Amino acid sequence: MIDKTTSIEEIASSIESGMTLGIGGWGARRKPMAVIRELLKTDVKDLTILSYGGPDVGMLAAAGKIRKLVFGFVSMDLVPLEGHFRQARQRGAIEVMEVDEGMFQLGLKAAAARLPFLPTRVGFGSDVMTTNPDIKTITSPYEDGEEFIAMPALKADIAICHVNEADVAGNSRISGPDPFFDEWFCRAADRAYLTTEAIVETDTFNDPMVALQMPIERNLIAGVAHAPCGAHPTSCGPLYGMDVVHLQHYNGLAKEGLDGYVSDFVTGKGLSDYIESAGGYEYVRALPLPIF
Amino acid sequence: MTYSLAELCICAAAEAFRGDGEYMVTSIGLVPRLAASLAKSTFEPGLMMTEGEAYLVSEPVPVGPRGDYKPKIEGLMTYERVFDIVNRGMRHAMVTPVQLDRYGQMNISIVGDYDKPKTALLGVRGYPGNTINNSNSMFVPSHDARTFVDGEVDMVGGIGYNSARWPGGKQPRYLDLRRIVSNLAVMDFGGPDHAIQVISLHPGVTFDQVQENTGFELAKADEIGTTVAPTDDQLEVLSRLDPHEMRATVFKGNPTGAAE
Repeated sequence: MIDKTTSIEEIASSIESGMTLGIGGWGARRKPMAVIRELLKTDVKDLTILSYGGPDVGMLAAAGKIRKLVFGFVSMDLVPLEGHFRQARQRGAIEVMEVDEGMFQLGLKAAAARLPFLPTRVGFGSDVMTTNPDIKTITSPYEDGEEFIAMPALKADIAICHVNEADVAGNSRISGPDPFFDEWFCRAADRAYLTTEAIVETDTFNDPMVALQMPIERNLIAGVAHAPCGAHPTSCGPLYGMDVVHLQHYNGLAKEGLDGYVSDFVTGKGLSDYIESAGGYEYVRALPLPIF
Repeated sequence: MTYSLAELCICAAAEAFRGDGEYMVTSIGLVPRLAASLAKSTFEPGLMMTEGEAYLVSEPVPVGPRGDYKPKIEGLMTYERVFDIVNRGMRHAMVTPVQLDRYGQMNISIVGDYDKPKTALLGVRGYPGNTINNSNSMFVPSHDARTFVDGEVDMVGGIGYNSARWPGGKQPRYLDLRRIVSNLAVMDFGGPDHAIQVISLHPGVTFDQVQENTGFELAKADEIGTTVAPTDDQLEVLSRLDPHEMRATVFKGNPTGAAE
């Protein structure tokens, strides 16, 4: 029987300086924050980060771990501007590849299909093209002869996503309404890791309606780590909402930097210690789902 | 009935969606959201819209805390699906850019120098794809020369009627900028070469006042009217769409929409 059980600590320790890391979720929703916090404890640096960015990007940027960020936005939804990302960006501390959200998706899909690029009209006329001189164009070989942008593949060494349920073999379920781009991050990566709210028996998935909520292929998954409330302070619908108070506190520290936050919430703390310091499991699981 | 400036803007912005039939609307921010919701609740019932997260709804969801109200789901619209159908068209976005220029180009990325910006904001988000594929309108709550900038915006996310930036100098075939509603006036892109022109002034506002607060020369429509006041029916619908009166917070002091 396949058993891919691992831990958030082991996932973080498999990430090396200079790697490209794809991070699932969206803004302040279903981010694999438990692994992000573990990364803050390491001396890993020079990462290239692919993300529909939220506090994952802000924390890694503030900790000086990002060499290059590939992104369409960084935002925490109900807290629209990510202060730590803004500080890093305003210092010129990170190299950026800023693309349209849909171009980002195409980049993941190109990588997933083992193609060098996918064509699109999106980007023409905008500064996405002037700020990314490496993005090239291609002419349709058919009668129309139209010129397209060749959105380059966004390949990752490692992808990390947080899911609601997984079995030890790497089958997984996302029971919130939107899987975002998690399956594409996994397909675009050489290997992918899942953190999960619950490790369940495979038999749990023996239901046609449940199977509709299982977008990630098991054979992409290198490891599964149990991380209850592991998306906190981001949301994990339908289990818990985003912790707006925590996110506001974190965001308020943008000017002074992340050191105080790290010593309060990260240093010397495993996941359950962290959750206790953030208010406890009961508090997190009672966080209301956001209304947009 | 008396009405506020916010209500005047919402009703003027709703007009942007007239004729859209079964288009999907994406409306970012309170005024665009209420404008699209008002349009769907009154003259464009066929519009497709979401509850703000992932589900298409058959009637607009009231803004703010919902109490016992449950969204009436009619389908699924995940982000992946949005980015796929952006390319198909049949969609109208209404957004609030931080900067907007004479070409209708929009910016929400940065202010200042790109490599070391004075102010970093969100990123281009979906602006490049929205504008090259779909219809787009804008709501601008503070009509001033910092928003309506001279020259070009600092980072062009949303594209506009600027032939110098078009591939081969040819207008992208689906580019369609529609309407701008600000706290002073209603504008469209019907001037010479798609120049931004004032089509109506809010009560008590003069054209010169709008021009003085704009970083570039505005065109004038043949006949500039006064922005149409909300009807009692519209105000009644708005009170249901916004039961907590969040629209009273759009402008400081919630000014009246009618002339003093």
